[in-house]
Amino acid sequence: MTDISTPQVKPDFMRFVKSNIRDYALLLSLLAIMVFFQFNTHGTLFRPVNMTNILLQNSYIVVMALGMLLVIVAGHIDLSVGSVSGFVGAVAAVLMTGTSPNPDLFTIPKFDFVTASIICLALGGAIGAVQGYFIAYYKIPAFIVTLAGMLIFKGLALSVLGGASVGPLPPTFQLLSTGFLPDIFNIQMFGAPFNFLALVIGTLITAVLIYFNFKERRSQLAHGLAEEPEPIFYGRNILIAVALIGFSFIMGQYKGLPTVLVVMFTLIALFVFITTRTTFGRRIYAMGGNEKAAKLSGVNTERLTFWIFTIMGALAALGGLIFAARLNVATPKAGAGFELEVIAACFIGGAAVTGGVGKIIGAVIGAFIIGVMNNGMSIMGIGIDWQFVIKGAVLMFAVFLDVYYKNKG
Amino acid sequence: MQPILEMRGITKTFPGVKALSDVTLDVRPAEIHAVVGENGAGKSTLMKVLSGVYPHGTYSGDIYFEGIERKFGTIADSENSGIIIIHQELALVPLLSIAENIFLGHETARGGVINWFEAFTRTKELLKKVGLNEHPNTLITNLGTGKQQLVEIAKALNKKVKLLILDEPTSSLNETDSNALLALLMEFREQGISSIMISHKLNEISKVADRITVIRDGMTVDTLDCHAEKISEDRIIKAMVGRELTDRFPPRNAKIGEPIFEVKNWSVYHPLHAERQMIKNVDLNVRRGEVVGIAGLMGSGRTELAMSIFGRAYGQKITGEVKINGKVVDVSTIPKAMDAKLAYATEDRKTYGLVLIDHIKHNITLANLDGVARYSVVDDLVELAIANKYRRDLGIRCSSVFQTTVNLSGGNQQKVVLSKWLFSGPDVLILDEPTRGIDVGAKYEIYGIINQLAEAGKAVIVISSEMQELLGISDRIYVMNEGKFVAEMPAKQASQEKIMRAIMKSWDK
Repeated sequence: MTDISTPQVKPDFMRFVKSNIRDYALLLSLLAIMVFFQFNTHGTLFRPVNMTNILLQNSYIVVMALGMLLVIVAGHIDLSVGSVSGFVGAVAAVLMTGTSPNPDLFTIPKFDFVTASIICLALGGAIGAVQGYFIAYYKIPAFIVTLAGMLIFKGLALSVLGGASVGPLPPTFQLLSTGFLPDIFNIQMFGAPFNFLALVIGTLITAVLIYFNFKERRSQLAHGLAEEPEPIFYGRNILIAVALIGFSFIMGQYKGLPTVLVVMFTLIALFVFITTRTTFGRRIYAMGGNEKAAKLSGVNTERLTFWIFTIMGALAALGGLIFAARLNVATPKAGAGFELEVIAACFIGGAAVTGGVGKIIGAVIGAFIIGVMNNGMSIMGIGIDWQFVIKGAVLMFAVFLDVYYKNKG
Repeated sequence: MQPILEMRGITKTFPGVKALSDVTLDVRPAEIHAVVGENGAGKSTLMKVLSGVYPHGTYSGDIYFEGIERKFGTIADSENSGIIIIHQELALVPLLSIAENIFLGHETARGGVINWFEAFTRTKELLKKVGLNEHPNTLITNLGTGKQQLVEIAKALNKKVKLLILDEPTSSLNETDSNALLALLMEFREQGISSIMISHKLNEISKVADRITVIRDGMTVDTLDCHAEKISEDRIIKAMVGRELTDRFPPRNAKIGEPIFEVKNWSVYHPLHAERQMIKNVDLNVRRGEVVGIAGLMGSGRTELAMSIFGRAYGQKITGEVKINGKVVDVSTIPKAMDAKLAYATEDRKTYGLVLIDHIKHNITLANLDGVARYSVVDDLVELAIANKYRRDLGIRCSSVFQTTVNLSGGNQQKVVLSKWLFSGPDVLILDEPTRGIDVGAKYEIYGIINQLAEAGKAVIVISSEMQELLGISDRIYVMNEGKFVAEMPAKQASQEKIMRAIMKSWDK
């Protein structure tokens, strides 16, 4: 009756490539886009100062995309993140500068930037929690709840700022977006100062990543689980090493590693861990894949949804803080359209509208595909009008490929 | 006699799999032709080739219909020549009326403007033909599954059907509706309409089929003529599984202990219509090591009873008491019910049982993630070991535990659902239609698992619409009708007639 051999998956090169084509295609697209713009901007794209710029310009999109991926995998959507980030940025500016929108009626005390930031993150979490509460416990579609939120917080941001820009912000707070890890080595390279710390950190992270990859590979081999063919495994690790060390080398030639990069990397690592290794992450995928089955298996789907939106709210707040710190001012227009880029990043990154499918790394790469395109097209002098058209086409094409290959089986 | 349909040498391959290999099927005019085979044998693939879902050119072999070679490119092509397929999952729009559904895509319209008067008149005629006494304006969502099936058939008749293909037509019907449907097929035969019927229910097949084609592993293994000789069910099973099944139920010696699961005075109201009482003061008990069956017709309230006990997953205004091991337990939410060591394996594994886009391993541990995690971090290797253990113990046939569950056959999907609940470590298991849509071989294996559970000292409740199955595997049977338990009998003294009589008698009151 049972003639089941021990689980032994034969490493089959083509079969493996085929079943992971989506991941490779995504990474290769990013590389291809970068190479394309490197040529068409006459080598500007990879310049240290420009690479630094791309990172800074996209940090808040990446941060919000992390939360959005959870939301989308859970089978929902959040349209309010742009407005929420703008609103929180406005509150932060008001608190840090002590600017009252209506000085005749009331005054606002001046908070130090740490307290103000903590208040703002909590505010974002609370906003997410309220939206999540309606979505989870009253089963109002997330589309509606967050559409309402989008309008509400857009209005509140205007009201908090009194319709004007508020700034400048404390210099220490600005460091969140404009600061760099200081150099401790003082080394010259190519006759210019070189931030050696960036290279050291880049190399260390590479070493740690590769160490864990090999450790996992060994355990997979020991259990006959290694699906990934050897050449791909080594190739992947070499690529990681080249990309990370090369990247930190480029960063070192400018001012080193931006502080926001540290924040971003820490969050990416945290969210990869949450989605792949924890019960919380597993339950999100199960709920997105089949909510009824997850519920009948004892997953508290309401509470899970509630927490996902709370996290999303806090990340939107962080995105708002980063953006405000970058501009050194809170403007009524801040955050406008962010939600579109964040959502597009997730879908370009392979998340499925139907829920249950999507990876953090995919969303991050998706965000950078958009970021590099924004940057490259601007340098090339393509007008904002055509930038929208092209970005829309790329999103459509990415999702079309997904659906096409899914239907083809 | 010239056959109305001939399929010759049909071979269909998918990447890496040969689904059909040189299959031959011929159907005569005015014949009910049954196609049987285990799940995954290739029946559905064959029907998809016939109906044009897999267009001409994607398979090899020839199809002759009414003596002409056909090369269907789409479903519309096959429908235009009079071949209509009715799928297991009905394809009706729930919020449209009967008439709207019947004429969907074939509206009685001139220049895009629908002539509703004509549509109603024709719908009435069609409904009369299939014996459905409903107004054409009734919404589909207000009809039971049996009646929806009849609407599907009316829809087929409207398209001038010559060959009707029914995929598991009675799998979700109760006995009365099933019999009505079979009678309808026989009436069509009188009128010269042929039918192909795919079914696992051998008793129904022997009742109505003229000939039976048996498919095994993508090949035609036998075509039996029911009029030439008396075909026993065992004969068909033997051809299907390629081996003799001397006993359809594994033997067991029950060691029944003290009662460990008791439900007292359980009442439940409909989740939407607060005044409709669905479960009426039910008392139930199960002993350690006992398998208790709940018999009843579709809609008698069995699933509602089970789901309302399991964390109030169904209904409102629930009252009553649940005792496990003599102690009253709180089962007001699903996590609480699971903490009380209760498990419920659903009757609808695709909708409620599995995360179909995820693989076997993740599905098995879903109900007990904490059992493979430390500080909420999943230990992949422990999880893998658990998944492989259940794969071995329950005989889940798959390439590895990383196979996506959507690609498994019904029997193997059911084993994954069972694994999930076994891993949650329950004392009391409620299995709702555990063998629905599963082939004979896999059924036997599921029965074996149920026996093992009982022998391990668990209390097992089995809900099933197949009375033979209940008689074969239970120690004791409750009969349910209209939300009440109307009889209780030891399985040894029970029979299909006794159960049916109990149901009929309860209606008389």
